[in-house]
Amino acid sequence: MMGVTSAAVAATQAAGLAGAGAAASAATSAATSAVPEITPRIPEFSGDPIRDTFTVLLVVIGAVMCFAAGVGLLRFPDVLSRLHAATKPQVLGLLAITADVAVSTPTVGNITLAIAIILFQSLTAPISAHMVARAAYRTHHVRHDLLIRDDLLNREDLQQP
Amino acid sequence: MLAVVIVITVLFGAGALAAVYRIIKGPSLLDRVIASDVLVATVMCALGAEMALNHHADNLPVLLALAMFAVLGSISVARFMAKQDDA
Repeated sequence: MMGVTSAAVAATQAAGLAGAGAAASAATSAATSAVPEITPRIPEFSGDPIRDTFTVLLVVIGAVMCFAAGVGLLRFPDVLSRLHAATKPQVLGLLAITADVAVSTPTVGNITLAIAIILFQSLTAPISAHMVARAAYRTHHVRHDLLIRDDLLNREDLQQP
Repeated sequence: MLAVVIVITVLFGAGALAAVYRIIKGPSLLDRVIASDVLVATVMCALGAEMALNHHADNLPVLLALAMFAVLGSISVARFMAKQDDA
């Protein structure tokens, strides 16, 4: 791409030096074909009304999940409740979005990859949530005045200082 | 379709900005870890939304790699936090 552009520029300069209009127009047409103009492209519907309805519905569900996680991160008071809010886009939002891709371009490879994505995400998201929640309890980042019941309160190895 | 694009852009952007605010402002390290997980999930959802609206599937391996390995960061920080007294 860079080589083509520099060649076109060199051709334009050579044509300018020679003063040949035909060569200059040929060089500019080569330059415009080498560098296509960039226009913002709006995605279009595929034409199948059922598939388009499901695509729009699932993509809006995924976006709403991400927005709900953001609002929960801003407004919830401590680590455990923010962890509850963070689960929404990690599992439900990604479930909706990968189902959306599988609906939008339904081939065997895409559906297999979508199932693998959902499988691995639902395997790994509880692991990280469990580790973060355990670290939060052990380092006393849990607000005990917000808890209704604390089953770990009488454990000798987890006593508060 | 343009209305759908505008609506989901606003929703994804608001969620990501809230996660960034919590990363910057979060009182403890665990809040920042949770917010960065939310930011990764938002990026994954936005990539998938772009794929679904443009009818291609080029970024699905990216989503697979993120789903498999995005967990390692938060597990590492949580293991590191458990050895500290308070941070």
